[in-house]
Amino acid sequence: MKPAPFGYADPTSLSEALTVLQSEGEGAKVMAGGQSLLPLLSMRLASPTTLVDINRVPDLDVVAVSDDGVRVGALVRHATLLHHAGAAAVQPLLARATANVAHPAIRNRGTTVGSIAHADPSGEMTSVLALTGGSVTVATPEGSSAVDWADFFVGPLETSVHGPAVVTEAFFPALPARTGTAFEEVSRRKGDYAVCGAGVTVTLDESSRVVSARASYISVGLVPEVHDLTEAVSGRTVDEADWSAAGDLARTLVDPDGDLHASADYRRLLVGVLTERTLARAAQEAQNR
Amino acid sequence: MTTKLMGEPVRRREDLRLITGRGRYTDDIGHGALAAAFVRSPYAHARITGIDVDAALDVDGVVAIYTYEDLVGPMAEPLPVLIPHPQLTAPRTGYPLARDVVQHVGEAVVMVVATDRYVAEDVCDRIAVAYEELPVVVGVDAAREAVHAVHEDVPDNVAARHHQETGDVEAALAASTHTLSFTQYIERSACMPMEGKGVHAVWNRDDSSLRVHTSTQASTSVRAAIAAKLQLSLEKVEVVAPDVGGGFGVKIVHPWPEELLVPMAAIALGQPVHWAEDRREHFISSAHERQQRQEITVGYDDGGRVTALDVRGWHDNGAYTPYGIIVPIVTATQLVGPYAIPVYRVRIDSVYTNTVIVTPYRGAGRPQGCYAMERTMDRIAQDLGLDRAEVRRRNLIGKDEFPYDHHLTFQDGRPVIYDSGDYEGLLDKLIALVGWDRAEERRAEAASRGKQLGIGMAMYVEGTGPGPYEGGHVQVLGSGKVLVSTGLTSQGQGHETAFAQIVAHELGVPIEDVEVTTGDTRRFGYAVGTFASRAAVMSGNAIALAARGVRAKALRIAAEVLEADVDDLEIDEGVVQVKGTPGTAIPLRTVAVLSNPLRYAFDEAARQATQFAGPGDDSKPPVAVGDAPGLEHVDYYSPIRSTFASGAHAAVVEIDPTTWEIEVVDYAVVHDCGNIVNPMIVEGQVHGGVAQGVGGALYERMAYDADGQLQNASFMDFLMPYASEVPDVVIDHQETPSPLNPLGLKGAGEAGVIPGTACIASAIEDAVGRRIAAMPISPTELYDLVRSPDAERVPAATTGVPA
Repeated sequence: MKPAPFGYADPTSLSEALTVLQSEGEGAKVMAGGQSLLPLLSMRLASPTTLVDINRVPDLDVVAVSDDGVRVGALVRHATLLHHAGAAAVQPLLARATANVAHPAIRNRGTTVGSIAHADPSGEMTSVLALTGGSVTVATPEGSSAVDWADFFVGPLETSVHGPAVVTEAFFPALPARTGTAFEEVSRRKGDYAVCGAGVTVTLDESSRVVSARASYISVGLVPEVHDLTEAVSGRTVDEADWSAAGDLARTLVDPDGDLHASADYRRLLVGVLTERTLARAAQEAQNR
Repeated sequence: MTTKLMGEPVRRREDLRLITGRGRYTDDIGHGALAAAFVRSPYAHARITGIDVDAALDVDGVVAIYTYEDLVGPMAEPLPVLIPHPQLTAPRTGYPLARDVVQHVGEAVVMVVATDRYVAEDVCDRIAVAYEELPVVVGVDAAREAVHAVHEDVPDNVAARHHQETGDVEAALAASTHTLSFTQYIERSACMPMEGKGVHAVWNRDDSSLRVHTSTQASTSVRAAIAAKLQLSLEKVEVVAPDVGGGFGVKIVHPWPEELLVPMAAIALGQPVHWAEDRREHFISSAHERQQRQEITVGYDDGGRVTALDVRGWHDNGAYTPYGIIVPIVTATQLVGPYAIPVYRVRIDSVYTNTVIVTPYRGAGRPQGCYAMERTMDRIAQDLGLDRAEVRRRNLIGKDEFPYDHHLTFQDGRPVIYDSGDYEGLLDKLIALVGWDRAEERRAEAASRGKQLGIGMAMYVEGTGPGPYEGGHVQVLGSGKVLVSTGLTSQGQGHETAFAQIVAHELGVPIEDVEVTTGDTRRFGYAVGTFASRAAVMSGNAIALAARGVRAKALRIAAEVLEADVDDLEIDEGVVQVKGTPGTAIPLRTVAVLSNPLRYAFDEAARQATQFAGPGDDSKPPVAVGDAPGLEHVDYYSPIRSTFASGAHAAVVEIDPTTWEIEVVDYAVVHDCGNIVNPMIVEGQVHGGVAQGVGGALYERMAYDADGQLQNASFMDFLMPYASEVPDVVIDHQETPSPLNPLGLKGAGEAGVIPGTACIASAIEDAVGRRIAAMPISPTELYDLVRSPDAERVPAATTGVPA
């Protein structure tokens, strides 16, 4: 469990990082928190030629909150986001989801943007990016551009970004008015990757009737997806709405796989249960926002 | 008066060192040594057709590469069968490096030595081993069916057929009012110590001696094995177990191939060589335990009293049998637990599979036996509509029936005769502790919260402290320090503290003056090892006897110089004094100086002693015939047979009927290990055991696929419970001293784990009303179970991969 030999670069600017990435080519790998990457190296499941450690690149550790949403820099640790009151006020899902990211030691090092760039379908923040309709900023030697979440995730551990590039930030749009959120996971042990997780938003109209109910799941499917469950509860008041109908609908929309810890059937069961629970909570919250 | 020490929760003296990072483990020893790494088989069963090391020779830093061809003399022979048994008719062991055929994923094929471990692994990557794949056998059922053979010359895959019976079980079953039969499974788990195995070997060319540090539970036996296999004289081999980061059984197996190969390389290369097992290696090349298939038939009367018990079992022993059939023997003999079973027959086939070897893991066959017996009790209760506690009570061995002879033969070859106990007392305490009689009330309360609550219990008797012996050495120095050594090893249990308590108590010295060394063959050459809950019973009593020997000698010398009668003397706080006569006293340290007639005044202690030294008797030699210089004594404790500890556990679980998540909300333990040296240590042992019990019941399994690949060989997918998954444990003690040893002790090390699977299965069954016939059980499996139309469903997912 010792990594194969690799080069190491610790650029002190974004342009230097991109230059190194360009000169090293396909074998180079960006490292931020290292919480997923380093175990892969130690088990020799990944053998990059060069690790480009961006921890010394300035200005990437910023959480910028505006009325539009929350910009999270590439070096912002999960723990920072978890405890960021300003971010939580604009987009409550950030704190709710990061609370479910592994354990404190991992949250203290692991980065939210790194987790998104890793594109693991069992990661919390990939689904939150999707559910909030967010995007990432990708810096390349040619310049920076925003990539919408739907264009970013291509497959498990695979994104649309190729060649020399650094994902410098993620943008999570603000929660709309009269909208509530909830996030819940079932995991085998506290802090483990979720067997199944659900993040939801419910938006009400001015008379407290449901106009939107949307969900995104963790460890279900190959890439983050957002499922619109509105039809099951549309036009109902919070008290009238049959959230279990939304859960039943969700079960028909997902296509989970089985693994050592859960059969596909069991995951489908959990999709329904978690959908019902989280939508009910989110709707209650929406009434009070 | 000396502070009372026996039975007191003396704080563990090793903890400051161990929890502040100052422990010294094998990996902390000898920086700068060459590093070993191994090329291990990626196949579960294959013939090696070639090994090409050419590409590896170019790596900068490679020092040596060894294959089977490089092994000579005894090293080229199969590894020893440590514990032969007449019923182990087809024992098989591997070679230190695989010879022709590999029998499990992870078997060592090539050893690489390089300048450091990184380089060594780079070298391993460049070694190409060619294999021809052979058919793979995984799981007890596949082994039993024997479509394919693990070992070519063992076509039925049966290593041993263990069989014991106490009467004509078929006649007794035929005569029984009721009978029932059922089949159940229990899965593999493993010890998983925080520190894997590790070996550091230094060869001293100048005096041809070898010093080996190894993370072992049996340093004296590793020493003997190294001497024999490497053809060295025993006195030229020193083996030390430094701080060991947990063992739980896996490190009692010896010699591990690496414990021979690393010293072999150190001698050949004339340089220190070091190997630290990594976690993946530990998963695939150390040892596992627990998988059995059990077919049980029980006869009983209208009152639920067992009239006959017939157990047919299949035990997965993995690819080899270096540790014999200890595990199935322990299952067979400990299965009967605290119950009087009039006629009992047990037949367990120990079968080969192409998986990691199976050797004792804390509990060592007892969790499986307890699972068989306790689930039987539950089924009798269900069949007759009786309370589960009441059925157990009716079958318990009475308090006045000791010694109780089960007419079985234990793992040590001695009869299973329970020395003492009070099982009804355990049951009464458990019922009170867990609130057994309030279960319906709690069930209703939980239902109001949408939860299904269940309660279960399980009882056990554990043979502990088997022989043949352990020894202890106690020596008082002129400084007043008391040196204590025993050969068995420590893996964090608190031996330093407990043994110091015993010596301070026996000798009458402050505990601060007592220094304890374990597992160092330089200090004590004869030992058996730390396993089978035997350290306190065996070394504790040996050390007590050694301390008593020192005390007798001290009193004899003091009596002479104080001109008093031995019987009038006492030792308190390190001072020998005449009882009731303050001032007529001599410090024990001074007695130590006086015990040696060679008394150069190197220090103040020797100078002080001169005031007590008489003129001497010219008619006698300075050291009397039969005496020896020094205030020290060696003694051994060798028991007539094992002592039998006992206990009863209860678990309360809550199940969420929407997600089928299982939470253990209460866990109660009543524990009887005879006299207690240190209740805090005993409770810590119980807590740790319960954590492993919960792990075995709800989380841990070795998920082999049909190709013999372990699918979850990392801590990401092999789920051991975190602190967040382990319930708070409430403990009540009962003390029925053992009449078999001077201190009245019984072992406590394994107890906590034994009933976990049985009692949690019982609680889940109680909560959901469905038969639980395979453990462990996860939420996804429970969901499958409750949806199944077959009320007697036995999930046969014995490879560990959910269907």
